[in-house]
Amino acid sequence: MAASSSLKNMALCLTGVCLVCSAILGGVYVLTQEPIARAEKANLQASLSQVIPDGYEISIEPVYREMDGARYECYNAAGAGENEVATAVKSTVNGFGGPLTVLVGVTSDGCVYAAKVLSHSETPGLGAKCSEAASHFVQQFSRFDPSQKSLKVKKDGGDIDAITASTITSRAYALAVENAVKLMKEDSYE
Amino acid sequence: MSKLGLITKGFIKENPTFVLVLGMCPTLATTTSAVNGLEMGLATMFVLILSNIVISLVAPIVPDKVHIPVYIVIIATFVTVLQLLMQAFVPEVYKTLGLFIPLIVVNCIVLGRAEAFANKNTVLDSALDGIGIGIGFTLSLTVIGIIREILGSGSVFGAKFIPGDGVLAFVMAPGAFLVLGYLMVLFNKFAKK
Amino acid sequence: MSEFFLIIISAIFVNNIVLAQFLGICPFLGVSNKLSTATGMSGAVCFVITLATVVTYLVNQYLLVPFKLEFLQTIAFILVIAALVQLVEIVLKKISPSLYQALGIFLPLITTNCAVLGVAITVVTKQFTFSGGEPHLFNLGEATIYAFATSLGYALAMVLFAGIREHLALNNVPKSFKGLPIALITVSIMAMAFLGFSGMVK
Repeated sequence: MAASSSLKNMALCLTGVCLVCSAILGGVYVLTQEPIARAEKANLQASLSQVIPDGYEISIEPVYREMDGARYECYNAAGAGENEVATAVKSTVNGFGGPLTVLVGVTSDGCVYAAKVLSHSETPGLGAKCSEAASHFVQQFSRFDPSQKSLKVKKDGGDIDAITASTITSRAYALAVENAVKLMKEDSYE
Repeated sequence: MSKLGLITKGFIKENPTFVLVLGMCPTLATTTSAVNGLEMGLATMFVLILSNIVISLVAPIVPDKVHIPVYIVIIATFVTVLQLLMQAFVPEVYKTLGLFIPLIVVNCIVLGRAEAFANKNTVLDSALDGIGIGIGFTLSLTVIGIIREILGSGSVFGAKFIPGDGVLAFVMAPGAFLVLGYLMVLFNKFAKK
Repeated sequence: MSEFFLIIISAIFVNNIVLAQFLGICPFLGVSNKLSTATGMSGAVCFVITLATVVTYLVNQYLLVPFKLEFLQTIAFILVIAALVQLVEIVLKKISPSLYQALGIFLPLITTNCAVLGVAITVVTKQFTFSGGEPHLFNLGEATIYAFATSLGYALAMVLFAGIREHLALNNVPKSFKGLPIALITVSIMAMAFLGFSGMVK
């Protein structure tokens, strides 16, 4: 059974265990560093390619833009043609259950190409539907032209169909997209 | 106890969820669907088996007064290894289970088995105990997950067979407590005799 | 100021640590049989969560992040918490025997209360936003407020539940439901009531 305890062997034992454990962890960390970085990069790339038109060259280096004192993380992309540029904006607003982060692809004509939820804490089964790519709610933001239609839910007099029983989530989502559109619009005037 | 008995006792007789009532937090939080429950169970099993093995190896040389801190360090090490591996190879799963992966450190099942079993048994027996309790925990979590998924979203393992939305409360917090409560009633009635 | 208020309300009611986040369930079910013990445990938890969060926040900010050792977070936090609980126990015994009498027996149980580690990890990883744009992490002040409010939420749930359980013990409950099952079903109804708060803080 367990050895008897004296101050010396207790200190020795704890130090030893901590050293060995840190060494193991350090080793595993070094080994997994590269796969983790690769997985994160692949994840980002997959998200970006969903909101940027096909055939565009996406730069995965983030650039930052500012609006109303808030900073937005953006990713630029360039198409084959002269003026074909698009930007993916990471836009965060407060949803129903916490922060709602939406990645919004905006093309050079100010239209929304597509939007995708990156992270959310909305109610499962209700607001969480905003992360289902195939749903009508998410699809209606694809090829959305803000100069033709309004980025407000129908309840507030706009053109967006809200998710059933989740007006707050829908409103937040629409606001996140609107912020991204506004950000890119301001930017093009500079 | 036979080697087989060491494994199977975790299923019903010493089922960690329904009989020992340990590790309630992940049991309630991560069982919103069958897949999530299964993944959480497997993650806990990974830590449980490895920590049981290592603790049964080092137990004879660890001074009695510091055994708890030493065990916690060992468990925390395996949890961190698991975190890094999951981030590298299954980042999606890591994102869903979130906070509850690092919280395996304070899951009473892991420390409980170290104290109650691994520190006085051989390496092989401890490993088998880890596997048994791990499977028992995984089974319980998966069962709760399946029930909540059927009632809450009308599907099993993501395959939808009831159209419509289901009773949403079962996917949310109250459903977790309710399903666990009623399962315990059934367990008391039929399995504990 | 209004930001602090938002953090407090959402931590106590909307995202109640027990009823919505499922942290610290074991002691919640374990020591809620009597109102007096439940109050004692809640007091100890409030104290330890707030203190532990401040210390782990500083450890993370000034030790782990500068040296790029974030991967040691779990192990460092649990050790800091365990040591802290021991320290609190010793100090309390020396300077305030009466407080030690009230909280002392609960302290060793708190190390393995996942609420403590849960809150400590949450405050250094959780991102939030008030005005849109890039989300940011808690600063020390917000982290402290968040931790304290969360632990108040824990105390609230615990005391309410213990009150109900004392009445429950006097009632005639079917045999298979006795003990934990009926307790869990009660918590379920409480959680349903707390769902009413969701969406209150927008």
